[in-house]
Amino acid sequence: MARTEPTAAAAPEPAAKDDLEDLEAGLDALDTVPTGGGTPWHRTLVQKVLPPLAAVVVVVLGWQALITFGVVDDPAKLPSPSDVWDQVRTAWLQGTLFGYIWTSLSRGLLGFLLALAIGTPLGLLVARVKFVRAAIGPVLSGLQSLPSVAWVPPAVLWLGLDNSMMYAVILLGAVPSVANGLVSGVDQVPPLFLRAGRTLGATGLRGLRHVVLPAALPGYLAGLKQGWAFSWRSLMAAEIIASSPDLGVGLGQLLENGRNASSMPMVFLAILLILIVGIVIDLLIFSPLERRVLRGRGLIARS
Amino acid sequence: MATTLATAADSAVQAATSAARIEHVTKSFATPAGSQIVLDDISLDVAPGEFVTLLGASGCGKSTLLNLVAGLDHPTSGSIATDGRPALMFQEHALFPWLTAGKNIELALKLRGVPRRDRRERAEELLELVRLRGAYGKRVHELSGGMRQRVAMARALAQDARLLLMDEPFAALDAITRDVLHGELTRIWRETNLSVLFVTHNVREAVRLAERVVLLSSRPGRVAREWRVGIPQPRRIEDADVAELSLEITDQLRGEIRRHGKD
Repeated sequence: MARTEPTAAAAPEPAAKDDLEDLEAGLDALDTVPTGGGTPWHRTLVQKVLPPLAAVVVVVLGWQALITFGVVDDPAKLPSPSDVWDQVRTAWLQGTLFGYIWTSLSRGLLGFLLALAIGTPLGLLVARVKFVRAAIGPVLSGLQSLPSVAWVPPAVLWLGLDNSMMYAVILLGAVPSVANGLVSGVDQVPPLFLRAGRTLGATGLRGLRHVVLPAALPGYLAGLKQGWAFSWRSLMAAEIIASSPDLGVGLGQLLENGRNASSMPMVFLAILLILIVGIVIDLLIFSPLERRVLRGRGLIARS
Repeated sequence: MATTLATAADSAVQAATSAARIEHVTKSFATPAGSQIVLDDISLDVAPGEFVTLLGASGCGKSTLLNLVAGLDHPTSGSIATDGRPALMFQEHALFPWLTAGKNIELALKLRGVPRRDRRERAEELLELVRLRGAYGKRVHELSGGMRQRVAMARALAQDARLLLMDEPFAALDAITRDVLHGELTRIWRETNLSVLFVTHNVREAVRLAERVVLLSSRPGRVAREWRVGIPQPRRIEDADVAELSLEITDQLRGEIRRHGKD
């Protein structure tokens, strides 16, 4: 393309320029690592799906072996896999299986969303306002090590045996994680980004929106992930301890019912469901979200 | 702007004659051992369209000076006036990894107040200027070091500043890439009529690029000497004229460094 060049040294200029352009194109081509397309589905199957399935099979086989070879000979202590499976079938046929799951899951997710709505502005406040950080920062990180089951007795006394008490326990368990995740995310924003943002004119609220918050996203997501785990755990603690006919039967209640009825298969069923729900939510929501963000920034390799 | 101690009317007058006017600037930092003077009575003028390199060994405060001119810090005494807010390029590309190359440039445009409908086109033009036509949708980590610095240059140019500050922007690149980017910077500087204040510790680089080389002494930083570089552009870093002047400047620089060994 034709450009008007300043007068100095006009003669060697065009040759030198074209030369530079070609050189640059060559360098770019050499420096650019070709990125492969997506992974073929069968490789995903072998690398991602097969190993956890194999682990589950090994555990179930080991479990069965304990019973078959009489290592544990008391069905009241260790039910066989088929006993637990019968329990699953019964609950399924009675139509109560999804009822248990949904009672707990809806509470857990709603509680988590509330924790998000409270923890996010709180974290932002702690991260950005020095006075607030000095005042409640240490308490907020300390709260994370307080087992949320400790909140159940006071919550019952304050709020009585109803759903609001469940939500209170979830919030007390999950809000610190969400807030702390955001605080550490903001703290870890490279100072270079802040300087670059300031020279571009992103100061104050614009700096927050265009630089600080996007840069803090990975830390925030890690906080959310932990926040969900804490929500779920706190809820289970609350459901196990606080039972009332008004509250319906969630997974924690199911576990407690199993204990009261001395029904080990029911206890196992409840524990398995609690575990599975926790894992599935993480696999369906948080892990993909986190991977997407990290991959977009080149922080983990494409796999 | 905030770093100006002169009145607004003064700086408006100065703006017409210089892209940056640094007058008797002193900067000291508090240390446990007391106040340490980093820059001592620096005066420097960058004319509109001029390319000046600041050269010095470690401890000459060249990056501190650049931060002052960029408005990221304030001088202890003296005044700095610039013609509008300058753009700044760092040794690290400082591109935002959550945005594509094109969106990085568009953010600079947005923060400058360019309307949304014009941003995409302008960003494409700027990528074209740094010869990265196909890079609009590329993530930062998908680009090589040299390409990242060119996107960073495009982002700096997107600010439409009249003064571009560069803090050793090519120091982390390999020699071949750096050489190419020298050529690019010279070409872009001549096409855009930009003033450039370029900090480096590489004497050859300073001579290769600049119309004027300013040598700073170290601890505290003072202007030790200046050279006008009369060698016509485009130069090459291997040119005999460049080598000759570099030798002269290197000798002086070594002299400055030796003084510290005798203390």
